[in-house]
Amino acid sequence: MALLQISEPGKSTMPHEHRLAVGIDLGTTNSLIASVVSGAVSILEQGNKERLLPSVVHYSSSNPIVGSEAKNLQIKDPKNTISSVKRLIGKNLSDIDTKFYSLDLKDDDGVIGIQTDKGIKNPIEVSSDILKKLKETAEESLGNELYGAVITVPAYFDDAQRQATKDSAKLAGINVLRLINEPTAAAVAYGLDQNKEGNFVIFDLGGGTFDVSILNLSKGIFEVQATHGDANLGGDDYDQVIFEWLCKSNKINVTNSKIKQKLFALSREIKEALTNKDSIKINETIDKKINIQCELSQQEFEEITKKLTKKTISSTLQALRDAELSVSQIQGVVMVGGSTRMPCIQNAVKEFFKQPLLNNLNPDEVVALGAAQQANILAGNTNDNLLLLDVIPLSLGVETMGDIVERIIPRNSTLPVSMGQEFTTYKDGQTAMIIHVVQGERDLVRDCRSLAKFTLKGIPPLVAGAAKILVTFQVDADGLLSVSAKEQSTGIQSKIEVKPSYGLSDDKVKKMLEDSFNLASEDKESRALSEIKIEGSQLLEMIKNAIYEDSDLLKEKELNLLQETLNELKKSLESSDRNNIEELTKKLNDDSQSFAAKRMDRSIQKALTGKSLNSLEF
Amino acid sequence: MAISITEKAAERAQKYLKSRGKGIGLKLGVKTTGCSGMAYTLEFVDDALPEDKIYESHGIKILVDPKSLIYIDGTELDFTREGLNEGFQFNNPNVKDSCGCGESFTV
Repeated sequence: MALLQISEPGKSTMPHEHRLAVGIDLGTTNSLIASVVSGAVSILEQGNKERLLPSVVHYSSSNPIVGSEAKNLQIKDPKNTISSVKRLIGKNLSDIDTKFYSLDLKDDDGVIGIQTDKGIKNPIEVSSDILKKLKETAEESLGNELYGAVITVPAYFDDAQRQATKDSAKLAGINVLRLINEPTAAAVAYGLDQNKEGNFVIFDLGGGTFDVSILNLSKGIFEVQATHGDANLGGDDYDQVIFEWLCKSNKINVTNSKIKQKLFALSREIKEALTNKDSIKINETIDKKINIQCELSQQEFEEITKKLTKKTISSTLQALRDAELSVSQIQGVVMVGGSTRMPCIQNAVKEFFKQPLLNNLNPDEVVALGAAQQANILAGNTNDNLLLLDVIPLSLGVETMGDIVERIIPRNSTLPVSMGQEFTTYKDGQTAMIIHVVQGERDLVRDCRSLAKFTLKGIPPLVAGAAKILVTFQVDADGLLSVSAKEQSTGIQSKIEVKPSYGLSDDKVKKMLEDSFNLASEDKESRALSEIKIEGSQLLEMIKNAIYEDSDLLKEKELNLLQETLNELKKSLESSDRNNIEELTKKLNDDSQSFAAKRMDRSIQKALTGKSLNSLEF
Repeated sequence: MAISITEKAAERAQKYLKSRGKGIGLKLGVKTTGCSGMAYTLEFVDDALPEDKIYESHGIKILVDPKSLIYIDGTELDFTREGLNEGFQFNNPNVKDSCGCGESFTV
């Protein structure tokens, strides 16, 4: 007998057409799944009644083991037990610091491969096994097949990481309704959209990721103004600090990975205990040789982790700057992620914003709850419509002549977004154009990140500057980019979907942003040099063609002089001497003045020859 | 006859109404579709229609439109759990036959 849930007025579905939509918080440490049941959003419990599914997968038996059972096997069998896979997804081996992993990591054709007893597993497969488990839970507890899911990702996930997350959902047989940023989902859970207007900060410190977002609400619609964060900062790092403190204060040199795991587990326990205790005494036997005896106070803990806490505050400051807001313009601060339970974080954030925090919902669950609400809306189960707007972290553009970046979509544009710009050909008779898509804030292509390259062929041969090529950038609601180029007169077009082969780390994003600020004047110089070079080479090309066609108009002396200046300019174009290029370009222009006049006369004569006065139109 | 609700179902309905923040009660009805003729509908009610029949049971207002009432008069709404799955169930005395999954029925 199928059991019914209460629907919104007029939204009862046909039998067998229930649209079960869930929200999934695919976390670094834990994953959660939630759904709207009878109008109320709730976390779906796992078979063992637990609400959090540890994001851990164990590979040794025929079927992968997921969750607490796998987590328990981590100490016994670390090589076959994969945790924190979210840190690896959409990246390649050179992007990560392998010293934090007790896994056998290798390069598997550009992606990371994890060697287990069941063969090489890649991060997409591992994520998909976690998602499969969550899907099973949902279908069991809701008694029906899943229609679709909203999956959350850190705001700073780049295209590759978002695509990899989507791919792992696909592999798990889940229809992805949308990927949304974790802080955005948290805002939905707190019902911030019920407010009329205001600016809100979502401070999300999870197990392995940190995100801070500035949301602006206006007329009931909210928009992400800016995001900042660090995909490699979270509760795990606080554990790491305690771990190092334990080793140092007990003079332990850890080489054995089992002991390392044990000490990590102990570090986590200490951190959690310090949430509501001022001090904790530790007396723990790790093995026959190692016995740990020490005491850690809240104050001391705050001191040794100060650097980490400071990082979160400076990210917050950066996000505020990007949004062009000051602390006094913030109406509310939402705390998300289990690690925000730490008193040191609560205090630091409270102090920074000088106001009480919004922290009454379970910080582990808010993201999944918000995602479930969004999924319910996207599946069409409610009468609400909610607009969620996300932003792109770095500007997107194309390469133009002289290695210069023409920005098409500026940084922090809201998603989805589509913008286009018209370009033209550089040379006479040019029939193809390479579209080089780049990401970054710098002026020169070599300082930005190359995303993709494709060629538009079949442009009709026209004089330089006559062809009109419209280049359109489109970023969908999930943050995935597609670029198309269309020649306007013939309609021929070429298109590419950008799926970068590896990810960009937050440090790189941060560095790219910082460089663009610090090196702005250098960029201005480079741009000016590039521009003068283009001008020079365009003139060079023109004069060369003119000589080829009409050299008979020139006396030998004139021709030689022109040739000489031509060669001088050509040579200087290879240098970076801006003044010299500028001078020679001017000289060539002046020297060719009379030649140009003669050519003009000839072409008019040509046009008039053989025509009667009557046939000419004036 | 009348429409009623079990205490357990009323308790749940009350909870859901409260978390939803608005609504005057539940609306029970049928839709002419499904693999076996008719299907139940269960919705929140924000505004009662003039023709709706209104019952009250265990503190919950239950609304039924007169057309549906013919098919479900005497029904008791229950709340049960089957494994991990829990939800509402129509105990309808008019049912002659229902489809395998019980989502639709004939009278």
